[in-house]
Order: sequence, then structure tokens, then C-alpha cells
Amino acid sequence: MSKIEINNVYKIFGKNPKSVLPMVKDGLTKEEILDKTDHTVGLDNVSLKIEDGETFVCMGLSGSGKSTLIRHLNRLIDPTDGDILIEGTNVMSLSAEGLIDFRRHKMSMVFQRFGLFPHKTVIQNVGYGLEMQGKSEEERNKISMEKIEAVGLTGFEKQYPNQLSGGMQQRVGLARALATDTDIMLMDEAFSALDPLIRSDMQKQLLDLQAELKKTIVFITHDLDESLRLGDHIGILNAGKLVQVGTPVDIVMNPADEYVEAFVKDVNRAKVIKAKVIMTPANESNGIDKSNVIKVNEDQFIEEFLPQIVCTNSNCEVIDKEGNIKGYISNKELQSSLLKS
Amino acid sequence: MDFFNKIPVMDRTALRELKKGIDLSFKDFSRAYGDGIEGFFDPLLYFLIWLEKLLVNSPWPLVIGVFALLAWIGSRSIKLVIGTIVCFLIIGYFGMWKNCMATVAIISVSTLVCIVVGIPIGVIMSKSDRTEKAILPVLDMMQTIPSFVYLIPIIMLLGIGKVPGLLAVCIYALPPVVRLTNLGIREVDKETLEASIAFGATPMQKLRSVQIPLSLPTIFAGINQTIMMALAMVVIASMIGVKGLGVPILQAISNQYLALGMMNGLAIVALAIIFDRVTQQYGQRIQKHRGQKK
Repeated sequence: MSKIEINNVYKIFGKNPKSVLPMVKDGLTKEEILDKTDHTVGLDNVSLKIEDGETFVCMGLSGSGKSTLIRHLNRLIDPTDGDILIEGTNVMSLSAEGLIDFRRHKMSMVFQRFGLFPHKTVIQNVGYGLEMQGKSEEERNKISMEKIEAVGLTGFEKQYPNQLSGGMQQRVGLARALATDTDIMLMDEAFSALDPLIRSDMQKQLLDLQAELKKTIVFITHDLDESLRLGDHIGILNAGKLVQVGTPVDIVMNPADEYVEAFVKDVNRAKVIKAKVIMTPANESNGIDKSNVIKVNEDQFIEEFLPQIVCTNSNCEVIDKEGNIKGYISNKELQSSLLKS
Repeated sequence: MDFFNKIPVMDRTALRELKKGIDLSFKDFSRAYGDGIEGFFDPLLYFLIWLEKLLVNSPWPLVIGVFALLAWIGSRSIKLVIGTIVCFLIIGYFGMWKNCMATVAIISVSTLVCIVVGIPIGVIMSKSDRTEKAILPVLDMMQTIPSFVYLIPIIMLLGIGKVPGLLAVCIYALPPVVRLTNLGIREVDKETLEASIAFGATPMQKLRSVQIPLSLPTIFAGINQTIMMALAMVVIASMIGVKGLGVPILQAISNQYLALGMMNGLAIVALAIIFDRVTQQYGQRIQKHRGQKK
């Protein structure tokens, strides 16, 4: 069973969404629907599965429906049609109380513009989810302090959000989401409002935290580099339709359509592709000169060993963690993987 | 041609009967329910009388001291505290102390009533566009209908006295606090609200922990306006038996006493300025952590 399963979800914004639904199902485009009925198609037949413990990045330009999609998971927005299953439970079937309980214990969320409570101190902000869970103040503060420490904000707990910089505010947002210790974390363009250096810093922090916590993260972004760095799987949305789901390498190497292609056109492939993806397996490597090789780990990105190859003009011997030879990379493989198209 | 020169008019006798019918049925209504409705407002009346007596009978230095303290708590401004003390001393010196205290009493009680009634209405209004659309015209009417017009049914129902006066003041002064509560809650940042919902707040928790605290500055602007409008009604309220600074003004109007009118009028202005500055500064002070960066 997948952790999160979305089946044929449609979302239409407007006065009478149900009446427009058949037209959308008949395959009319977003523009046609808007012209004819004055309704906006937010999501168009989206289905996807997200496994336990993975980071799923949902990517698309603004207006592609990605923020709408993430809000369906905790029902900040209700779908016009379709099912959303979290750990096998259909969230559409939950009662009002059930939904509140579900939000308290199953999911937490980080927001693009942080969504902090300006009238509460950092520690009160971080403890908000715990307060909703009904924990005592003492327990709240204890857990909150741990999370504040985890995101590196010790000493700021008595400050108010607007006394902090953007990056620090988002750390508060992250700590707040971590505090409730939910399995699933929703991150809606969490780092988009931050400047590049801080963003990169936060990405690293998230990766470090995730390596330890193994939560199921649904991450929304419009930045391809960010999605390639963070995602185990990436889903690409265009005009409310999910056009491709795959691993970062899939997306870069085999874009499903022109839209995705345009997205990945300028990406630095050396940063995304691992040695094991392009190597020629050891048993097929007869044509490769093995006299002058350097050893690289199969999980290294091309970027990491490329300078060495260029300087020493050698080939690569790809090994796994135990040191077994898995395959070889020569200039030929490098060329074909790094050339666009 | 006749049609264009003369606007269609209802038949005279029918019109007279219609008016008479409305008047009579309202008279019947007030005869049947007047006492009950009056009884309903009794607690308010007792509270008003108690407050007025308290203010008038307490030693004046104590009363001024309390006002000064309240001004300090509200504004944290020494200037304003001194201004408050000086104003009340001058009002007392010119023989308007008793009337001034009566006015302070009715303003306080009517503001309190407006807050207790108005904030919940504002909250309900902010919940849906439909309730907003239903309530807005009522508020418009309350603010624009000449006060004398609604004085008529109030007097028919409750007679002349403090309670009808209080009601008249409240009808006029209620709209701002309702409007601004509604506005304040609607203005709360959408993401902040989503955060509260996403972490599992019930509608009540959302209201109490996020919406009300964040809209307090706006609500306070509404309370400030309500106080100002209540003060503006002091003279009209005195026409139906409310004691206070309005009574001498009425006398001054009918007898052309220029000085008397001016003095009491200025006393109302002084009260207005004190109330306004204190509540405004309090409103600003509670948004210390919102808005601008330090």
C-alpha cells in the first residue's frame, strides 16, 4: 500500500464545478473550458502514488496546479471529483472531527510565505501544532525547544517572527512542522521566497533531517534544480495535468513531452546523473581500455569525477560500496550522457 | 397627458388607513410586550445607574486618579495623562462635573453593549459573503436613518428614560465595531489561516488563536469609532431623558445661552479627544509585533 494515493482527481474552480466536470472529462482544454463556462480547471485527472519515506517533488510553473494539488492532501481544498487515500484511508470520507484529528496527527505543512503567527513568539509558533494536539504547555515547550535546536535557532525562541530574517522564519516554519512528529510533511514552495544562498542551505538542512527522520515529504517547487536535488521522484504538472512522473534521472534523460524537455533543457546533467546510470556493465566492457583507470563509486555524480578524468585523460572503473567492479565509463559514455538531446 | 404630469398616488383614505393600521398594531404590540421588553433591559439600567452613582459619589481626586491610570495603561504617554487630568479639572471647575460623569457612564455602558453585541455579529458576518450581504444594508440603515425616526418606536415601546436613550445611542454607535470586526477578520493573511487549519485547529480555535488576535488592531479602530459616535449622540439622547452634558446644551439651545452651550460642547469635545487618543494609542501598541520590522 502506498503512503499517499491520488486517484483521478479533478478540481474545477467556479460557480458550478460539477456541471463543468463532464466537459473536462471529455478532454476539453483549460482554455476552452474557461472560454465556454468561465470555470478554471485546477487539476485535470491527476493520479499518483507516493511511497513511505520518500521525498516526492511536484514541479510546475505558476498556475500549473501544484499548490492546489498539495492542498488536496490535507483537504484545505476539496476535490471536485476523485479519491485521495492516505495510508489507505479515504480522506474524503472523514467527518469534520475525523478530519481535524487527521490534520493534527498525520500531516504537517510548511508554507511559501511561512504562514507564521505574527502575534506568537518563536516557541509558541513551533508549539502550535502540539497545542492543537492537546499537549500540556510544559511538554509543548520541551518538544519545541528540541526542534528549535534541530533547525539551529537556539536563543531566538522568545523573539517574534518579524524580528527574524526570511531564512530564520522558514526555519521556524520547518520546526513547527517537525514538532508534531507526523509521518507526512507537506512543503508548499517552502524555499521559494528565500534568496539563493539561504535556499541552498535550507535544502541541505532538509536533506540532513530527512536522512535521519525518513518522513514522507511532498515538496512543491517551480525550480528544477531544487527538485532534482531533493526528490526521490518528481512529478511534473502542466495546466493541471500530470505530464510525467519519474526519478530525477528519468526526467532529465527521457523527458515525456516538449514541456518537460523545455524544463530540463538547461539543466546541468553532470549534477544529476550518477556513474551507475551511464556505465557500461563490466561484462560488456571489452572495448574499453582498462590500463589507465580511476576508481569511482557507483553513486557518485558525474560532476564529482569529471575534472579528474579530464586532467588524467583516463577512463573510470565503477565500483560499489564493497569495492566490486560494476562497470566502466569511457569518453564515449560521458559524451552521450552529457550531450543534450 | 395627465399621467405624465401627476405621479400615481395611493388613494388618500387607503393611505391613511395603512398608516393608522401600522400605528395601531405597533401600539398593540407595545402594550402587550412593552413591560416584558423593559424588564429585559432592567439589568442594563441597574448597571448604568450604579456606574453613574459610583462616578458621582466617589471623591473627585479618586475618580480623576482612576481616569489618569486608565489613560496611562492605554497609551503609556505622560503627555496624555497630564492632558486628561487637566481636562477633568477644568470641567469640574466650570461646574460640569456631575453631568460629565453621567455622560461618561452612559458612553461606557453603551460602548460595552456595542462591543458585546457587535463583535459576535462582525464574526458571523466574516464567515460568509451571504451573511455579509444580508447584514450590510441593515448597518447602512442604522447609520443613515435620522435618529429621531427610530426614537419614535423606542419611546412608544419603552417611554422616556435612560434605557431608551441607551438604545438610541447603541443603534447609532453599533455599526463601526461590526464593520471593522468583519473587515479585520477578513483581512487576516490567508496563509496564516491555512497554517492554523492545516495543524488541525477547530473553527473556534482558529477564531480565538489566530483570527481575533490578528484583527484586534482593526477591531480597536472600530471600538474607537463607536465611542466617537456614541459621544455624538449625547445631545439627542438627552432629549429623551438621559442625564449628562447634553441636558444643558438643550437648555442653551432653547434659551440662547451661548456660554452654557459652548462650555458643555467643549466638555464633550474634551472627552472625545481623551477617549480617542487613548484607544488609538492602545490599538497601535497591540500591533507592536505585526507589520513593520524592527
